[in-house]
Amino acid sequence: MSDTEIEFDTAGITRKFMYVNRKAPYGTIYALEVLEAVLISAAFEQHACIVFIDDGVYQIKKGQDTAAVNMKNFSKTYGIIAMEKEDADEDEDMDMVWRIIVEKESMEARGLSRDDFVIDVEVIPSDELAIIMAEQEIVISG
Amino acid sequence: MKFGILVNEGPFTHQASDSAYQFVKAAIEKGHQVMRVFFYYDGVNNANKLSAPQSDDRNLVKLWGELAAEHNVDLVVCIAAALRRGIVEDNLADGFRISGLGQLTEVGIAADRLVVFGD
Repeated sequence: MSDTEIEFDTAGITRKFMYVNRKAPYGTIYALEVLEAVLISAAFEQHACIVFIDDGVYQIKKGQDTAAVNMKNFSKTYGIIAMEKEDADEDEDMDMVWRIIVEKESMEARGLSRDDFVIDVEVIPSDELAIIMAEQEIVISG
Repeated sequence: MKFGILVNEGPFTHQASDSAYQFVKAAIEKGHQVMRVFFYYDGVNNANKLSAPQSDDRNLVKLWGELAAEHNVDLVVCIAAALRRGIVEDNLADGFRISGLGQLTEVGIAADRLVVFGD
């Protein structure tokens, strides 16, 4: 770490973050690095919508086998997001709402259903997702 | 207004970092505050001081550093993204610092707007 660490006062502020996953899990690094950003953000107890659209829906598909492409299979790590969501849902003292959303059209276009995913998701059509997206304060995508 | 900036691309393949630089410069000139510029994904390559573009080309690595020095802008490179791309303290350009991804979340919370450049 370098010389001066600058910190902002974020105590007591809860904002709406959205993480938009649009890319297939392998082939580019976006999926992995968005996942890393989501996991770190959990410590800040912010609202978060984790969204999977386009080929991004493949990131959470069950039964990934990456041996042949020599890539780390990080699909199990999405379980941590599901756990964070559970913690947020169960802890009444914590003002933190997490939603895990798959866009319906993207899912159906790829012949997938909610049973194909490694975590429980809300399946939401794109017109409704657009409204949710417009309500967000910080949108980070990959 | 207080801005946070996220730069997601390196200095050459995409225009994103140029656009971010111009945006930050213009925002400061207009009297806005830029709380932090966070470099993620290939954006960490903006902090590689070994980068040596041709002399008749703009040198974004240097330009970012000069902007930081002149206006005291906090340029933060994500450590996880940086390490896997070979950006370490030894080749970190002037004006940048390496820190954790939490610094992105933090500026997202603290700034009025987080403006994202690049895919």
